[in-house]
Amino acid sequence: MELSVNHLLGIKYITEADIQLIFETADHFKEVINRPIKKVPSLRDITIANLFFENSTRTKLSFELAEKRLSADVINFASSSSSVAKGETLIDTVNNILSMKVDMVVMRHPNPGAGIFLSKHVNASIINAGDGAHEHPTQALLDAYSIREKLGDIAGKKVVIVGDILHSRVALSNIFALQKLGAIVKVCGPKTLIPKHITSLNVEMESNLNAALEWCDVANMLRVQNERMDISYFPTTREYTQQFGLNKSILDSLNKEIVVMHPGPINRGVEITSDVADSKQSIILDQVQNGVAVRMAVIYLLASKIKHNED
Amino acid sequence: MSQKVLLNATEINIALNRLACQLIENHDDFSNTVLVGIQPRGIFLAERLKSLLENEYSIKNIKLGYLDITFFRDDFRRSNKPLEANKTKIDFIVEDKNVVFIDDVLYTGRSIRAALTAIQSFGRPLEIELLTLIDRRFSRHLPIQPDYRGRQVDAFVGEKVKVCWMENDNEDAVYLVKSEE
Repeated sequence: MELSVNHLLGIKYITEADIQLIFETADHFKEVINRPIKKVPSLRDITIANLFFENSTRTKLSFELAEKRLSADVINFASSSSSVAKGETLIDTVNNILSMKVDMVVMRHPNPGAGIFLSKHVNASIINAGDGAHEHPTQALLDAYSIREKLGDIAGKKVVIVGDILHSRVALSNIFALQKLGAIVKVCGPKTLIPKHITSLNVEMESNLNAALEWCDVANMLRVQNERMDISYFPTTREYTQQFGLNKSILDSLNKEIVVMHPGPINRGVEITSDVADSKQSIILDQVQNGVAVRMAVIYLLASKIKHNED
Repeated sequence: MSQKVLLNATEINIALNRLACQLIENHDDFSNTVLVGIQPRGIFLAERLKSLLENEYSIKNIKLGYLDITFFRDDFRRSNKPLEANKTKIDFIVEDKNVVFIDDVLYTGRSIRAALTAIQSFGRPLEIELLTLIDRRFSRHLPIQPDYRGRQVDAFVGEKVKVCWMENDNEDAVYLVKSEE
């Protein structure tokens, strides 16, 4: 088995079989990262550039750790301290880096479609680590992987994504991934933060948080992305929290135990309270741990398609 | 494809008993010894030896693990089909133990080279030995030899030695398979 693609640009472009292959490979890497020595030498001859044109802590660390656990050579790049500030174009920046013999590029970029654009113009395997409000495929994979780990299977499970759907690349990638794996997805949030044509993705809308939580098996609480909001989408943070924030009393009032997820970073007390984030129903820290294993799987599988000695 | 029987079920059984006795000679009651089957094909042999030692020779509490070497191989990206991993299951301490690697066929020695690296992720063993059912002579790429061998076999490069186990292939037998070009 191998992946049907040479780049991971979005969940939209991969198949269910690809996702299952990534999960099976991630199972093996999860065992590897729990060993006393958490490193395997598979990617000794691969060099990976992490290009972050937008801030990130956990995704960048997670990718870097995954790359190092596979013994790849890693170079890091942050746009704030680079020639991008001097006006260099994306293709020039990347081609300059690639001329130093880099095999794979992990890129986060504020513009939607940046990864797709790059994959058409440069000769390297591209992994999208978030492109604007478009996709964040590895996050969706690790979310789905964490649900699979917690509930055994994804097919038939009901997942509600709560919060800022409009600005969220996590939401879009999650919808694609969960639907490909057979889950039923609803979104819940203020009308202003839900994209107009969301129903064309076969996703139902629910404006009442309680009803959504009563319906679901898993609630994925998204962060309110203040930095992407150019206008006011809701009156006050306090009002948002009252309507769409998850607290312990709502969680306890439900007639079943749901799984609580959050892609991080958490605004404690806004979309989710501390006691919920730290409760036993929350798998937030499992998501982070699984992130490394899933990213190792993605990098490993894409690297196996790179041929150095083509004859 | 034509194939020739190298060992039948009776001969395999005799070899297994001899290998079990040789292990006992060197490892006594196995209190400081662990068996490690190399994935994917070594685990059947390892399971057989374990049950033989426990049932026929009354040695209790034999520790057996499975080691997958996929991520440690030196031919990653050189073969056309991607390498598929198998499960590693080592739920005991390897540090300061006598480790016996168990695999069905020793050919180039590259798998064992990978296994030697892979096992280090679990600690520093006191000593590592190698047991194989079939030793293909004169075909090594690396200076690796078995400490216990079931049968030595001479085979050409294009030929394949196939070990079948009842648990997996519905019979105990070893074949020499000639591929016809």
